[in-house]
Amino acid sequence: MSKRKPYVRKMGSTWWTKNNFHTMYIVRELSSLVILAYSVILLFGLNALRGGEAAFDAWFAGLTNPLAIVFHVITLLWTLYHATTWFSLAPKAANLWIGENRVADNVITGSLYAVLGGVTVIGLLIAFVL
Amino acid sequence: MKRSNEPVFWGLFGAGGMVAALLTPVLILITGILAPMGAVDFSFARVDAFASNILGGLIIWAAVSFPLWLSLHRLYHCLHDFGVHAGNGVKAAFYGAAALGTVAAAYLLLF
Repeated sequence: MSKRKPYVRKMGSTWWTKNNFHTMYIVRELSSLVILAYSVILLFGLNALRGGEAAFDAWFAGLTNPLAIVFHVITLLWTLYHATTWFSLAPKAANLWIGENRVADNVITGSLYAVLGGVTVIGLLIAFVL
Repeated sequence: MKRSNEPVFWGLFGAGGMVAALLTPVLILITGILAPMGAVDFSFARVDAFASNILGGLIIWAAVSFPLWLSLHRLYHCLHDFGVHAGNGVKAAFYGAAALGTVAAAYLLLF
Protein backbone atom coordinates (compact mmCIF):
# COMPACT_ATOMS: atom_id res chain seq x y z
CA MET A 1 0.00 0.00 0.00
CA SER A 2 1.31 3.43 -0.84
CA LYS A 3 1.41 6.01 1.92
CA ARG A 4 0.13 8.84 -0.22
CA LYS A 5 -3.23 10.26 0.69
CA PRO A 6 -5.01 11.37 -2.49
CA TYR A 7 -7.55 14.15 -2.16
CA VAL A 8 -11.07 12.81 -2.79
CA ARG A 9 -13.47 15.61 -3.66
CA LYS A 10 -16.68 15.41 -1.63
CA MET A 11 -19.72 15.09 -3.86
CA GLY A 12 -22.51 15.16 -1.28
CA SER A 13 -26.04 14.12 -2.10
CA THR A 14 -27.71 17.28 -3.44
CA TRP A 15 -25.63 17.97 -6.61
CA TRP A 16 -28.51 16.83 -8.83
CA THR A 17 -30.84 19.60 -7.61
CA LYS A 18 -28.61 22.31 -9.11
CA ASN A 19 -29.21 21.63 -12.78
CA ASN A 20 -32.33 20.49 -14.62
CA PHE A 21 -30.59 17.81 -16.70
CA HIS A 22 -29.24 16.14 -13.56
CA THR A 23 -32.60 16.48 -11.80
CA MET A 24 -34.37 14.67 -14.63
CA TYR A 25 -31.66 11.98 -14.56
CA ILE A 26 -32.40 11.32 -10.87
CA VAL A 27 -36.19 11.45 -11.54
CA ARG A 28 -35.62 8.75 -14.19
CA GLU A 29 -33.43 6.59 -11.91
CA LEU A 30 -35.85 6.89 -8.98
CA SER A 31 -38.73 5.58 -11.11
CA SER A 32 -37.19 2.27 -9.97
CA LEU A 33 -38.67 2.90 -6.51
CA VAL A 34 -42.28 2.65 -7.70
CA ILE A 35 -41.46 -0.02 -10.32
CA LEU A 36 -39.87 -2.11 -7.55
CA ALA A 37 -42.88 -1.52 -5.27
CA TYR A 38 -45.30 -2.61 -8.01
CA SER A 39 -43.37 -5.84 -8.65
CA VAL A 40 -43.44 -6.59 -4.92
CA ILE A 41 -47.22 -5.87 -4.81
CA LEU A 42 -47.73 -8.32 -7.70
CA LEU A 43 -45.55 -10.93 -5.96
CA PHE A 44 -47.63 -10.59 -2.78
CA GLY A 45 -50.78 -10.88 -4.92
CA LEU A 46 -49.45 -14.06 -6.52
CA ASN A 47 -48.69 -15.48 -3.08
CA ALA A 48 -52.22 -14.54 -1.93
CA LEU A 49 -53.71 -16.14 -5.06
CA ARG A 50 -51.95 -19.40 -4.16
CA GLY A 51 -53.22 -19.05 -0.57
CA GLY A 52 -56.82 -19.38 -1.75
CA GLU A 53 -59.83 -17.17 -2.29
CA ALA A 54 -59.93 -15.57 1.19
CA ALA A 55 -56.25 -14.58 1.02
CA PHE A 56 -56.68 -13.22 -2.51
CA ASP A 57 -59.74 -11.17 -1.57
CA ALA A 58 -57.87 -9.70 1.43
CA TRP A 59 -54.96 -8.68 -0.85
CA PHE A 60 -57.36 -7.18 -3.39
CA ALA A 61 -59.28 -5.28 -0.66
CA GLY A 62 -55.99 -3.49 0.11
CA LEU A 63 -55.80 -2.29 -3.51
CA THR A 64 -59.24 -0.66 -3.28
CA ASN A 65 -58.04 1.74 -0.58
CA PRO A 66 -58.10 5.28 -2.13
CA LEU A 67 -54.46 5.79 -1.10
CA ALA A 68 -53.52 2.60 -2.97
CA ILE A 69 -55.27 3.91 -6.10
CA VAL A 70 -53.43 7.26 -5.79
CA PHE A 71 -50.17 5.31 -5.41
CA HIS A 72 -50.94 3.34 -8.59
CA VAL A 73 -51.75 6.50 -10.56
CA ILE A 74 -48.37 7.98 -9.53
CA THR A 75 -46.69 4.66 -10.33
CA LEU A 76 -48.32 4.58 -13.78
CA LEU A 77 -47.19 8.13 -14.64
CA TRP A 78 -43.66 7.55 -13.32
CA THR A 79 -43.39 4.23 -15.20
CA LEU A 80 -44.55 5.95 -18.41
CA TYR A 81 -41.81 8.54 -17.83
CA HIS A 82 -39.33 5.64 -17.58
CA ALA A 83 -40.78 4.32 -20.88
CA THR A 84 -40.29 7.62 -22.74
CA THR A 85 -36.65 7.90 -21.57
CA TRP A 86 -36.07 4.21 -22.36
CA PHE A 87 -37.45 4.57 -25.90
CA SER A 88 -35.32 7.68 -26.57
CA LEU A 89 -32.19 5.89 -25.35
CA ALA A 90 -32.87 2.65 -27.26
CA PRO A 91 -31.32 3.79 -30.60
CA LYS A 92 -28.10 4.68 -28.74
CA ALA A 93 -27.92 1.24 -27.10
CA ALA A 94 -29.05 -0.82 -30.12
CA ASN A 95 -27.15 0.19 -33.24
CA LEU A 96 -29.24 -1.59 -35.91
CA TRP A 97 -28.25 -1.96 -39.54
CA ILE A 98 -30.26 -3.25 -42.51
CA GLY A 99 -27.67 -4.06 -45.16
CA GLU A 100 -25.62 -0.91 -45.69
CA ASN A 101 -28.11 1.40 -43.99
CA ARG A 102 -28.28 2.25 -40.34
CA VAL A 103 -31.85 2.12 -39.01
CA ALA A 104 -32.83 5.71 -38.17
CA ASP A 105 -33.22 6.62 -34.49
CA ASN A 106 -36.83 7.71 -34.89
CA VAL A 107 -37.76 4.38 -36.52
CA ILE A 108 -36.50 2.46 -33.45
CA THR A 109 -38.11 4.89 -30.98
CA GLY A 110 -41.37 5.01 -32.96
CA SER A 111 -41.55 1.20 -33.18
CA LEU A 112 -41.22 0.93 -29.41
CA TYR A 113 -44.10 3.40 -28.90
CA ALA A 114 -46.15 1.30 -31.36
CA VAL A 115 -45.37 -1.88 -29.38
CA LEU A 116 -46.35 -0.13 -26.11
CA GLY A 117 -49.64 0.91 -27.74
CA GLY A 118 -50.26 -2.61 -29.08
CA VAL A 119 -49.49 -4.31 -25.77
CA THR A 120 -51.75 -1.83 -23.95
CA VAL A 121 -54.68 -2.41 -26.35
CA ILE A 122 -54.29 -6.23 -26.13
CA GLY A 123 -54.06 -6.04 -22.32
CA LEU A 124 -57.24 -3.95 -22.08
CA LEU A 125 -59.04 -6.29 -24.50
CA ILE A 126 -58.12 -9.27 -22.30
CA ALA A 127 -59.24 -7.37 -19.19
CA PHE A 128 -62.58 -6.20 -20.58
CA VAL A 129 -63.61 -8.75 -23.19
CA LEU A 130 -62.16 -12.19 -22.44
CA MET B 1 -7.60 -9.56 -14.73
CA LYS B 2 -10.72 -11.04 -13.19
CA ARG B 3 -13.63 -11.03 -15.60
CA SER B 4 -16.38 -8.57 -14.64
CA ASN B 5 -19.85 -9.89 -13.79
CA GLU B 6 -21.38 -6.56 -14.89
CA PRO B 7 -22.53 -7.69 -18.40
CA VAL B 8 -24.83 -10.33 -16.86
CA PHE B 9 -26.56 -7.79 -14.62
CA TRP B 10 -26.63 -5.20 -17.38
CA GLY B 11 -28.37 -7.70 -19.66
CA LEU B 12 -31.03 -8.42 -17.03
CA PHE B 13 -31.33 -4.67 -16.41
CA GLY B 14 -31.94 -4.17 -20.15
CA ALA B 15 -34.61 -6.87 -20.25
CA GLY B 16 -36.21 -5.34 -17.14
CA GLY B 17 -36.23 -1.89 -18.71
CA MET B 18 -38.06 -3.27 -21.75
CA VAL B 19 -40.66 -5.16 -19.71
CA ALA B 20 -41.23 -2.15 -17.43
CA ALA B 21 -41.65 0.16 -20.43
CA LEU B 22 -43.85 -2.09 -22.60
CA LEU B 23 -45.85 -4.39 -20.30
CA THR B 24 -45.94 -2.81 -16.82
CA PRO B 25 -48.00 0.32 -17.71
CA VAL B 26 -51.11 -1.60 -18.84
CA LEU B 27 -50.80 -3.97 -15.86
CA ILE B 28 -50.69 -1.05 -13.40
CA LEU B 29 -53.73 0.40 -15.16
CA ILE B 30 -55.66 -2.89 -14.85
CA THR B 31 -54.63 -4.22 -11.42
CA GLY B 32 -54.03 -0.91 -9.64
CA ILE B 33 -56.67 1.44 -11.09
CA LEU B 34 -59.43 -0.18 -13.22
CA ALA B 35 -59.97 -3.33 -11.11
CA PRO B 36 -60.02 -1.55 -7.70
CA MET B 37 -62.50 0.98 -9.13
CA GLY B 38 -64.75 -1.88 -10.20
CA ALA B 39 -64.35 -1.39 -13.96
CA VAL B 40 -62.76 -4.82 -14.50
CA ASP B 41 -63.82 -8.21 -13.11
CA PHE B 42 -60.93 -9.20 -10.81
CA SER B 43 -62.53 -12.14 -9.01
CA PHE B 44 -60.43 -14.97 -7.57
CA ALA B 45 -61.78 -17.47 -10.13
CA ARG B 46 -60.91 -15.24 -13.08
CA VAL B 47 -57.39 -14.29 -11.90
CA ASP B 48 -56.70 -17.91 -10.89
CA ALA B 49 -57.69 -19.10 -14.37
CA PHE B 50 -55.42 -16.47 -15.97
CA ALA B 51 -52.45 -17.46 -13.77
CA SER B 52 -53.02 -21.17 -14.49
CA ASN B 53 -52.86 -20.60 -18.25
CA ILE B 54 -49.29 -21.05 -19.60
CA LEU B 55 -49.27 -17.71 -21.42
CA GLY B 56 -50.95 -15.90 -18.50
CA GLY B 57 -48.43 -17.41 -16.08
CA LEU B 58 -45.51 -16.32 -18.28
CA ILE B 59 -46.90 -12.76 -18.42
CA ILE B 60 -47.20 -12.62 -14.61
CA TRP B 61 -43.74 -14.11 -14.14
CA ALA B 62 -42.16 -11.63 -16.58
CA ALA B 63 -44.03 -8.70 -15.00
CA VAL B 64 -42.80 -9.62 -11.50
CA SER B 65 -39.24 -10.70 -12.20
CA PHE B 66 -37.64 -8.57 -14.94
CA PRO B 67 -38.56 -5.17 -13.43
CA LEU B 68 -36.91 -6.35 -10.18
CA TRP B 69 -33.60 -6.60 -12.06
CA LEU B 70 -34.14 -3.14 -13.60
CA SER B 71 -35.07 -1.41 -10.36
CA LEU B 72 -32.56 -3.05 -8.01
CA HIS B 73 -29.73 -2.47 -10.52
CA ARG B 74 -30.66 1.22 -10.78
CA LEU B 75 -31.13 1.66 -7.04
CA TYR B 76 -27.77 0.00 -6.34
CA HIS B 77 -26.02 2.42 -8.71
CA CYS B 78 -28.09 5.32 -7.33
CA LEU B 79 -26.50 4.78 -3.92
CA HIS B 80 -23.26 6.02 -5.49
CA ASP B 81 -25.06 9.10 -6.88
CA PHE B 82 -26.18 9.99 -3.36
CA GLY B 83 -22.66 9.66 -1.99
CA VAL B 84 -23.04 6.18 -0.51
CA HIS B 85 -20.14 3.96 -1.58
CA ALA B 86 -21.65 0.55 -0.99
CA GLY B 87 -19.47 -2.52 -1.23
CA ASN B 88 -19.91 -5.99 -2.68
CA GLY B 89 -22.07 -7.08 0.25
CA VAL B 90 -24.76 -4.53 -0.61
CA LYS B 91 -24.44 -5.40 -4.30
CA ALA B 92 -25.00 -9.09 -3.46
CA ALA B 93 -28.01 -8.18 -1.30
CA PHE B 94 -29.63 -6.11 -4.11
CA TYR B 95 -29.09 -8.67 -6.88
CA GLY B 96 -29.84 -11.49 -4.43
CA ALA B 97 -33.25 -9.92 -3.73
CA ALA B 98 -33.96 -9.74 -7.48
CA ALA B 99 -32.96 -13.41 -7.87
CA LEU B 100 -35.12 -14.40 -4.89
CA GLY B 101 -38.17 -12.60 -6.32
CA THR B 102 -37.61 -14.23 -9.72
CA VAL B 103 -37.42 -17.72 -8.23
CA ALA B 104 -40.32 -17.11 -5.82
CA ALA B 105 -42.62 -15.96 -8.66
CA ALA B 106 -41.73 -19.04 -10.74
CA TYR B 107 -42.28 -21.33 -7.72
CA LEU B 108 -45.68 -19.79 -6.93
CA LEU B 109 -46.80 -20.15 -10.55
CA LEU B 110 -45.54 -23.72 -11.00
CA PHE B 111 -46.37 -25.39 -7.67
